[in-house]
Amino acid sequence: MSNKLSIKSLLVRTEISTLIMFIIIMIGFYLVNERFLSPRNIRIVMGITPEYIIVAIGIAILMISGEFDLSVGSVFALVPMSIVQLTHQGVPPWIAIALGLMIGMIVGFVNGFITLRFGIPSFIATLGMLYIARSLTTVATGGFPPSFPHILPNELFVFQFELFRASLYWALLVAVILGIMLHRSNIGNWIYATGGDKSAAASMGIKTGNVKMFCFILCGFLAGFAGMIQTFRLEAPLPTQGYLLELESIAAAVIGGVSLFGGIGTVFGAMLGAILIRFLESGIIMARIDAEWFRAGLGSLIIISVVVNTYISRRATTLGQNKSEE
Amino acid sequence: MENGNIIECKKLNKWYSGVHALKDFNLSIKKNSVVGLIGDNGAGKSTLIKILSGAHKADSGHVFFEGNEVKFRSTKEAMNLGIETIYQYSALIPEMSIARNIFIGREQISYKIGSLGIMKRTEMDTAAMDALNDVELHLRSPETPVNQLSGGERQGVVIARAMYFKSKLLILDEPTNHLSVKETNKVLRFVEGLKKQGVTSIFITHNLSHIFPIADHLCVMARGEKISDMEKKDTTIEELTDLLVNG
Repeated sequence: MSNKLSIKSLLVRTEISTLIMFIIIMIGFYLVNERFLSPRNIRIVMGITPEYIIVAIGIAILMISGEFDLSVGSVFALVPMSIVQLTHQGVPPWIAIALGLMIGMIVGFVNGFITLRFGIPSFIATLGMLYIARSLTTVATGGFPPSFPHILPNELFVFQFELFRASLYWALLVAVILGIMLHRSNIGNWIYATGGDKSAAASMGIKTGNVKMFCFILCGFLAGFAGMIQTFRLEAPLPTQGYLLELESIAAAVIGGVSLFGGIGTVFGAMLGAILIRFLESGIIMARIDAEWFRAGLGSLIIISVVVNTYISRRATTLGQNKSEE
Repeated sequence: MENGNIIECKKLNKWYSGVHALKDFNLSIKKNSVVGLIGDNGAGKSTLIKILSGAHKADSGHVFFEGNEVKFRSTKEAMNLGIETIYQYSALIPEMSIARNIFIGREQISYKIGSLGIMKRTEMDTAAMDALNDVELHLRSPETPVNQLSGGERQGVVIARAMYFKSKLLILDEPTNHLSVKETNKVLRFVEGLKKQGVTSIFITHNLSHIFPIADHLCVMARGEKISDMEKKDTTIEELTDLLVNG
């Protein structure tokens, strides 16, 4: 294989274009305000990013399997609220955490069950769950946000080290484990196959329903885990936590090269997408641009990434077609 | 019943809501041969292969595979015995690499936890390249995504996959449809390669010129019946064309 070919095959990988975009944006904001890349700013941005990375990875894996989850923002609030309320009820902290995370998994299971059992789009099933889980969260507060019980082991998850918080290392751990699962294990192969072409995968004996169900449950678990980290960091369980997070997570996945149609994407890409969004937000503030421009920036970034990725995948397919016409 | 036949059908009948799709159909296929199954649309070719591949059940009649009577309840059962079917739209995932596609659902894994584990990618890559070489398909890298392959090459990958998992009988359902002349020739070469490796193949087509050069045996179907069943040496392309057109 010649060098030229391997560079070409690298460029058709969507997460590489995200990386290039990431570098351009980082350099751009740095040129506007060099404090953008100061340790202080990196510390601030990376303090809040881990939660978004974890949710984006869950969404990305589910999207690769060919489904959506719009309920992650609500699960992001419901799980920590449950943990806090259970602790207030006298449940030991670690058991409360386990039960809370299980609620996230149950929501994922219900999403998967409704989608797969009744054959309806996951977009609709999880849109319903978005409202249901948010409503449950508000009901669980009993009218006003409860206080944060300090017997919860929050430092273990969010302790502020010199530059980074513990949560970043948790996010990296999640990324490494799920990266290995998605890219190196056979279940990863099944996830890509299921999202790439469900009937072809089924004809090769893959139980596509089980694969999707696994991804739904994983996504619910990760959304809950990330929500728990945010509550632990803020030390305040808010029923509004994670509002609009579902769209931002899908945005992160898409910016990171995950296809809306399934079968394409990487854990690294989703992680990069989530980090990019947070630095975009910070860069706009640091450039003394009205913060309201953040959404416009995010919107443009989504459109640019999808246009670039579509162009890249067309190029890749054309390579094949040209060959057959030779 | 060891008589050199890999598969035998006796008096197969199939009705689809009142339509008699297969009528008292008999067929014997010798081991290690290439059989051309030809017929116009609606001749019953698809019905027959669906029964042989385990996708459908015959309403009456018997199928013998390697001398033993078989009644498949699923395609998986047929696959386990070594009968693999390749459809015109290949069962490959476009975005995935050749090696990953070849091993979908049958990955080689280490660090096993139940049926899950880490894929042995080096072994799978090497095996994939060997499997491709076995069908005379020489591609650059097992990492190449399938969507960068031409139509004929994709069929080659599917054939290589069936070969690798030791199929004894390969049923190819119009594998040359929608392919250019050059790509068609590639697929025909793969099928010739199968014979060299001792695999029997049934090649379904309505294009006689594709199959005639490589077939040992030709079977013409019309209206659910077998109207001709001959060794190639006993017939000519003109005779078969006449049969195909005039029934």
